[in-house]
Amino acid sequence: MSKHNEVLYGLYNDEEILLDAIRHANEKGLDISEVYTPFPVHGLDDCLGLSESRLHIAGFVYGILGTMTAFGVMTWVFTREWPIIFGGKPYFSAPAFIPITFELTVLFACVGMVITFYTICGMGPGITNPVLDDRITDDKFCIAFNVDGASSDTVNGLKSFFKESGAEEINSKTI
Amino acid sequence: MSAVISPIREPLVNGHKTYHQITEDICSPTEKAPGKSWIVAFILAVSCLGFGVACILWTIWQGIGTWDLNRTIGWGWDITNFVWWVGIGHAGTLISAILLLFRQKWRTGVNRAAEAMTIFAVICAALFPGIHMGRIWLAFFVFPYPNTRGPLWVNFNSPLLWDVFAISTYFTVSLLFWYTGLVPDFATVRDRARGFRKKFYNFLSFGWTGKAKHWQRWEALSLVLAGLATPLVLSVHTIVSFDFATSIIPGWHTTIFPPYFVAGAIFSGFAMVLTLMLITRKVLKLEDYITLAHIESMNKVILLTGTIVGVAYLTELFIAWYSGFVYEQFAFYNRATGIYWWSYFGMMSCNVLAPQFFWFKKLRRSIVFTFFMSIFINIGMWFERFVIIATTLARDYLPSAWSYYIPTWVEIGIFVGTLGIFFTFFLLFTRIAPVVAIAEVKSILKTAGDQYTGPEVYEAEKRKKQNEHAQ
Repeated sequence: MSKHNEVLYGLYNDEEILLDAIRHANEKGLDISEVYTPFPVHGLDDCLGLSESRLHIAGFVYGILGTMTAFGVMTWVFTREWPIIFGGKPYFSAPAFIPITFELTVLFACVGMVITFYTICGMGPGITNPVLDDRITDDKFCIAFNVDGASSDTVNGLKSFFKESGAEEINSKTI
Repeated sequence: MSAVISPIREPLVNGHKTYHQITEDICSPTEKAPGKSWIVAFILAVSCLGFGVACILWTIWQGIGTWDLNRTIGWGWDITNFVWWVGIGHAGTLISAILLLFRQKWRTGVNRAAEAMTIFAVICAALFPGIHMGRIWLAFFVFPYPNTRGPLWVNFNSPLLWDVFAISTYFTVSLLFWYTGLVPDFATVRDRARGFRKKFYNFLSFGWTGKAKHWQRWEALSLVLAGLATPLVLSVHTIVSFDFATSIIPGWHTTIFPPYFVAGAIFSGFAMVLTLMLITRKVLKLEDYITLAHIESMNKVILLTGTIVGVAYLTELFIAWYSGFVYEQFAFYNRATGIYWWSYFGMMSCNVLAPQFFWFKKLRRSIVFTFFMSIFINIGMWFERFVIIATTLARDYLPSAWSYYIPTWVEIGIFVGTLGIFFTFFLLFTRIAPVVAIAEVKSILKTAGDQYTGPEVYEAEKRKKQNEHAQ
């Protein structure tokens, strides 16, 4: 990473306190840059105003691609490329193509979605992303603010927000 | 926020756990040196694996003449084992996918290990068709690719080819699903580790940090993968059953096969999950996460699927008689009273009678009883496949071709070898990965942990409300 960011973050002990803190921050009009949790917290998306993931749309497209690939290739092979009669059935025996078409639909959708997921999340084998605190994957819930070039007034305002909203620890880190 | 407490639902996490305690309990087996029992089990598993590999190499060197298959009985232990292992794999996907769609919280305690089991079982299964081909170095011929033999394509109308696609898709999807679930937990282990282990888990965790948006996508991905894996798992054993049902052998050529195979697969899979989990929870001290409630739930699934299998057996017998088709009638008469009567007897007693004991709640919640029952079912389901395959082939249309078949030491060795592969992988898995899904257990703690839920908490809440009311 070439660009370094100064991050001020607070750690909370419980997801309920975290959700209240985020609502509090929203009321104050604070610009939360990131929230980290050890497990998926329900209601967090609404609180943060995150729009619904469009991953399933990508999955649908990959699936259709798989359907067309499988059905298309089988049809082409058995009607154009090398037609063979199996058991007196027509060359284009669509019902027999269904199982493989289904399997490839599922395969394309799954593999495509997983690759898309890791790509858009900036994750993958060998990739290291900066970790604010080791306990975030254990039992701490974290709200982070980007304070790059912020005035000391702003920083103090954020610190008092953390104290008001019940943060256990307030730290800053350059990532 | 107080969750709605049910008087019926048992807590799924015991011991008044905190989030940190959950991390400690589940991560610690990966951080300590292995115990004596693990080392003994590992040596045993690796020896079996080694023997299996030797037998496989012998088979490849000499050809499958080292197996006592003959012109009549072309499928013996190999395909029996293949179907048995594929079936075992089904429980993992059922727990992780179908129970996710049904929002069953008890899946969180067992899904990780069950999915791992699926992957290892499918590896064992895929081995058999591979070596059964005889010339394993030409195994890539089963995939359709442009080649210089014409190009000559594979037969897309053949159930055996559908099987190639079904098994490889199943393996890939299960692996992706399992690994994506593991990534956040690997990050948890990474953040506790130091030195080389930190680097190792850093690699495995793909750079997971736990951002809100990433969790949202992760959940969306899990849900869609579950939605895709659900019809997939049903299709896989359906297609395996087509290998038999589309042939013209009496006893195989039946429309009941797909649902009957799927039910049997889930039945045997849950038995194997129980065999593994009862030992794992004891050795790794995970009794608070894999509770009696989990075991009872699984036993209920076994009871249901076992009964479906039983009904299928009886339906087959009835239809054979009712069809008035003499070959079909003979096939079933032969299964029950013919040369392989003992395997039919084993199948019926282990699969149909044994699970009926689970109607009793006491037995469903008995760990010792459940363990023995799970072994019985594993054996019974192996017999089922043997009955369907070898018994049926041994007495086909032509009496002059009738024969008998006993496996050679090579075939038995390969089967023992797959048990070795399976347990070696599973034992390594318990050392490297968190055996219970940490993040998922944490996410259900407040709705299913014993300090928040269960009959006692319910009674206490009710008393509190009554007191308030009286005042």
